[in-house]
Amino acid sequence: MPRVAAVDPVRVGDSVTIGVSGLDGLVRELAARGYKTVGPTVRDGAVVPGPVSSVAQLPRGVHDEQAPGSYRLRHEGDDELFGWAVGPASYKGVLFPAEETLWRARRDGQDAGVDEVRDARRPLAIVGARPCELAALEVLDRVLLGGPVVDDRYAARREGAFVLVAECGKPAATCFCTSMGTGPAAAASASVSPSESRFDLAIAEIVDDEPGASDERPDAGAQVSRDVRVGPGHRFVVTVGSERGASLLEHVAHVEASAADRAARAGVLARAAAQMGRSLDTDGLAPLLARNIDSPRWQDVAQRCLSCGNCTMVCPTCFCTDVDDVTDLTGAVERRRHWASCFDLAHSFMHGGPVRSSAASRYRQWATHKLSTWHDQFGTSGCVGCGRCIAWCPVGIDITEEAAAIRASDVEAAGAGQTRGER
Amino acid sequence: MIEELAELVGHHPLFDGLPADVAALVAGCARNAAFGPGELVLAEGGVADAFYLLRRGRVTLEVHAPGRGPLVIETLGPGSVLGMSWLFPPYRWSFDARTLEPVGAISVDAACLRDKAEADPAFGYELMKRLGAVLLGRLEATRIRLLDLYGHDRPD
Amino acid sequence: MIAPTEDAGRAVADGAATGTGAFTPAPYRVVERRVETDGVVSVALVPDSGEPVAWRPGQFNMLTVFGVGEVAISMSGVPGEGRLWHTVRDVGAVSHALCGTGVGDVVGVRGAYGTAWGVEELDGVDVVVVAGGIGLAPLRGAISLLARRPSGRGRLCVALGARSPDQVIFAEDLEIWRELGAEVELTVDAAAPGWTGSVGLVTAVLPQLSFDAGRAVALVCGPEIMMRIVARALVDRGVAADAIRVSLERNMQCGVGLCGHCQLGPLLICRDGPVRAYGEIAHLLGERER
Ligand SMILES: Cc1cc2nc3c(=O)[nH]c(=O)nc-3n(C[C@H](O)[C@H](O)[C@H](O)COP(=O)(O)OP(=O)(O)OC[C@H]3O[C@@H](n4cnc5c(N)ncnc54)[C@H](O)[C@@H]3O)c2cc1C
Ligand code: SF4
Ligand code: SF4
Ligand code: FES
Repeated sequence: MPRVAAVDPVRVGDSVTIGVSGLDGLVRELAARGYKTVGPTVRDGAVVPGPVSSVAQLPRGVHDEQAPGSYRLRHEGDDELFGWAVGPASYKGVLFPAEETLWRARRDGQDAGVDEVRDARRPLAIVGARPCELAALEVLDRVLLGGPVVDDRYAARREGAFVLVAECGKPAATCFCTSMGTGPAAAASASVSPSESRFDLAIAEIVDDEPGASDERPDAGAQVSRDVRVGPGHRFVVTVGSERGASLLEHVAHVEASAADRAARAGVLARAAAQMGRSLDTDGLAPLLARNIDSPRWQDVAQRCLSCGNCTMVCPTCFCTDVDDVTDLTGAVERRRHWASCFDLAHSFMHGGPVRSSAASRYRQWATHKLSTWHDQFGTSGCVGCGRCIAWCPVGIDITEEAAAIRASDVEAAGAGQTRGER
Repeated sequence: MIEELAELVGHHPLFDGLPADVAALVAGCARNAAFGPGELVLAEGGVADAFYLLRRGRVTLEVHAPGRGPLVIETLGPGSVLGMSWLFPPYRWSFDARTLEPVGAISVDAACLRDKAEADPAFGYELMKRLGAVLLGRLEATRIRLLDLYGHDRPD
Repeated sequence: MIAPTEDAGRAVADGAATGTGAFTPAPYRVVERRVETDGVVSVALVPDSGEPVAWRPGQFNMLTVFGVGEVAISMSGVPGEGRLWHTVRDVGAVSHALCGTGVGDVVGVRGAYGTAWGVEELDGVDVVVVAGGIGLAPLRGAISLLARRPSGRGRLCVALGARSPDQVIFAEDLEIWRELGAEVELTVDAAAPGWTGSVGLVTAVLPQLSFDAGRAVALVCGPEIMMRIVARALVDRGVAADAIRVSLERNMQCGVGLCGHCQLGPLLICRDGPVRAYGEIAHLLGERER
């Protein structure tokens, strides 16, 4: 039983400091409360969501290097747990699986029936989602829960899911969350989600070598699991987002965040914002793209685009799906739903042929959906600025660069007295 | 008589909004015509010496093919112009035209109208603009029908 | 919200529960089958249990042939018949299987989805209906209701285009609508000798219909090219672009706004359509490969 520091009860909105063992305690307590805990793990040379039952499984000392068309991990041997930006797979896949069975049909003589298939699933706890990933889940909430018809499978997984956000200290060269208002702080943007609290807990990782920074180191004296190494100044400043987040914190050693800790967190976030590798001018972007549907730039990008659909597969907000009916040898039928991509010719198929047969029209669908028509359809941007599509594009096509090129050639703005000369 | 005809001419869509004096010019070349059902109004290869402003009843444009009977190309209804070959040498009909039902029309003498158009280029230009629009509409409709829209909803 | 300590081991949602999830079709039976023309079949469906879904003309259902797939098909009947009529053109795997169903076969139904023609609002206005080919199917219910408006509540003019006389669906309905006082003009692309109807594009018969263009509402359904041409012709005739309603079509997988396939620019056609005012979407129809 970890020792509980003597402070007032934790409340929503509080800022407290915990050590690495505290984070470990949070993960273990979530598991003890019956949650299935998932968080960042290293697999196949990338940081991806995986089962996490202790801090030992987190990507310690792992850093990512991202650029258009490239993603690489560096193992530095340091203690940082969240010293990377985002990997190819987002938490979308946890709440909205790449493939799932919707129902099975049975037929007994004259009797026909359709049985829904639901997974028996423990409530989820996401441990260490980036602010942009939280924003992406909120975009998916808009799409899948916004109605008129709700995706009840997503709803069942999302409802009650515990979300611990890891605020961003090491954005990649491909990141532009500051432009999209989704990071690097967890509370960077107002919620687009109908749920009342955006996250349960948000942690900012602080790694410095000045043990004096906080005299009341919460780990001092607290029991630390043997497999956890703790650096001298390694701690987390926690922002409390919900009652259950607060109740969870009561189970681990914590102290009220000192002024120095708060300043350290602010410093981490400010440096992250300043290091943001890319930017996207969103001012009037949705109507700008809508009026540039015939821009020659779409042909230009089509010369480079391979129509591979990688950008849609890594994007944390892409929600398109196909269904397939599968018959087994006994004659039983089931319907499966799986992710689809608008880069696939079949996506727009109508008897006779695809509506979007040129690569230019498909790239245009993708980019304008993300940055323009998503607003019309769901009242929010479809892009959260995570940069995955840039890093994972085999030829390094960059959505920020394409949007800027179209802005630069926008006939209307050029005619209307040039208000934005920069870029 | 001419006045009555001028009014009818002015009411036909081809000459809609034409000033009364110009309508009278056309009416000077026009006369009333009536056909019973199944009558051949124009015959392929025949001299195109008149055209018709349809007022009542429908007329089919057809070609006859040995062993297949008459093939209907298009049906013209009230408000349509029947006959275009009178505009261009050698002034010969390209298709048969047969009434489907009793037809009332204004028949316009081709040579008479051509002479007036030659003599009065402003009138001639106005006439050509109006007939050109009708021809363009027919060409467009024909092209669309070539797509066989209902056979294959997405012609490629 | 408090952490679910007690029910932690329990499933968030129960397994294998038959419910009314958005993606689960209800079993219906084919109770009548009618061959309309070569390659077009109508089927009447009733649910194995309960009442058929309530719907309005212009809406569609997602129909499943188990083991083959699911497609969007409009209701082609008249509301309140107690059975759901759908008229299907055989163009591919699922539509072929639907056309091949027989009385007693099971068809899965989800619906009713999408926007309707809005015939309820059309009391006292002239209505001009323009349909091409299978496009008459989603309009059949609307025409039937409009033809039965009390006299003096607005004229009803129907212009139909078809490939050939033997491809005209609902031929006996055309007579009924005429008897009820509607002006019905049929025109075909090509006809064999002996056909006494019209030959030509459907726009050619519009001038023969006697609706008051300035106050008329138009309902248009057919291939997209045909709808564009008809809508432009109606605007030329003086019908307001916003008074022209068209039924849009794109690939559909879910029918309920969740799969992303039916996008047409800002629209999800299953959710925001299929019926839309031409004035709002004319620019989208004009954009290539949108
Ligand atoms: C709102 C709406 C109403 C419709 N109403 C009718 C109707 O009343 N009668 C009728 O015969 N047809 C109707 N259709 C068209 C019908 O959905 C397609 O003909 C059908 O999906 C073709 O499927 P298939 O498997 O037979 O053909 P395939 O060519 O094998 O199509 C493969 C798949 O592509 C998709 N697809 C292909 N064409 C279309 C299409 N035109 N629209 C949507 N998805 C398509 C479907 O998922 C289909 O299963 C309607 C379409 C929409 C969008
Ligand atoms: S249409 Fe394309 S960009 Fe939009 S959600 Fe679907 S796959 Fe993603
Ligand atoms: S479009 Fe690209 S940058 Fe934007 S959310 Fe999707 S993957 Fe991230
Ligand atoms: S058909 Fe799935 S979103 Fe419209």
